[in-house]
Amino acid sequence: MSRTIEDRNHRMLRTRDTMDRAFAQPLDVPALARVAHISPAHFSRQFRATFGETPHRYLQRRRVERAMELLRETGRPVTEICFDVGFNSLGTFTRTFREIVGEPPSAYRRRFAGDGAALRVPACWAMAWLRPAG
Amino acid sequence: MLKKISHTFIHVLDQDEALDFYVGKLGMVVHTDADLGVMRFLTVNLPDQPDVELVLMLPGPPAYDDATATEIRELVAKGAAGGGVIFETDDCRGTYERLRGAGVEFTQEPTERFYGTDCALRDPFGNPIRFTQPPEGPIVVPSAEELQAQA
Repeated sequence: MSRTIEDRNHRMLRTRDTMDRAFAQPLDVPALARVAHISPAHFSRQFRATFGETPHRYLQRRRVERAMELLRETGRPVTEICFDVGFNSLGTFTRTFREIVGEPPSAYRRRFAGDGAALRVPACWAMAWLRPAG
Repeated sequence: MLKKISHTFIHVLDQDEALDFYVGKLGMVVHTDADLGVMRFLTVNLPDQPDVELVLMLPGPPAYDDATATEIRELVAKGAAGGGVIFETDDCRGTYERLRGAGVEFTQEPTERFYGTDCALRDPFGNPIRFTQPPEGPIVVPSAEELQAQA
């Protein structure tokens, strides 16, 4: 039994790493299930049992974290950032960002204007600790 | 006064597989491989840094009871054990290409950052590994204006 959980955890870690690396690409449950070598029907449940949230939610938080950095540290239009981080509609991006961060992208950008350096940390730290909580 | 870090520890799930990776792929060398009867004390170091050993520990009795060892193994496998290693390199992209050619999977491609060029991978068990090529000259945290100008 224990080896089963260890094996499951490792498979799920591979799929989470895939989301961390390829967040800007269209990733869906069948594609991620193939990375884990398990059936799509089981994948989301096993991911949630391993990491405490659905793969969809994890990917949303990863994309929003990337968007937060681009909003803080570049002057690029929100629409471009939305597509850069993997969302395919501005409406979905804005709604998801607001739900997770608590304010819309433009307000978040204004809040960090001129003080982006406050969160300038190594990429690994940003990925793990600046990703907004679920 | 404490002088330096001489040993640091990481949990691995199979010591032979760990040697294949840390020595065979990453290019470290075996410092100590001693059968103590109750455990195999296995350490590796970088060829250019013989005085810093990375201890490759297999969780299990007598240090940990079976149930605890199982928990540790499960945490390592989901990347949550807390251990990890960050190396410095003089050639991030070249090392990345060489390791990719050797079948190593990366979790982050080489990326330019203010602190250098770095990339990320995992060992075969789930422990995070990074290697960073520092920039030439001092590390300067750029201002928001400078970053925006680069973007």
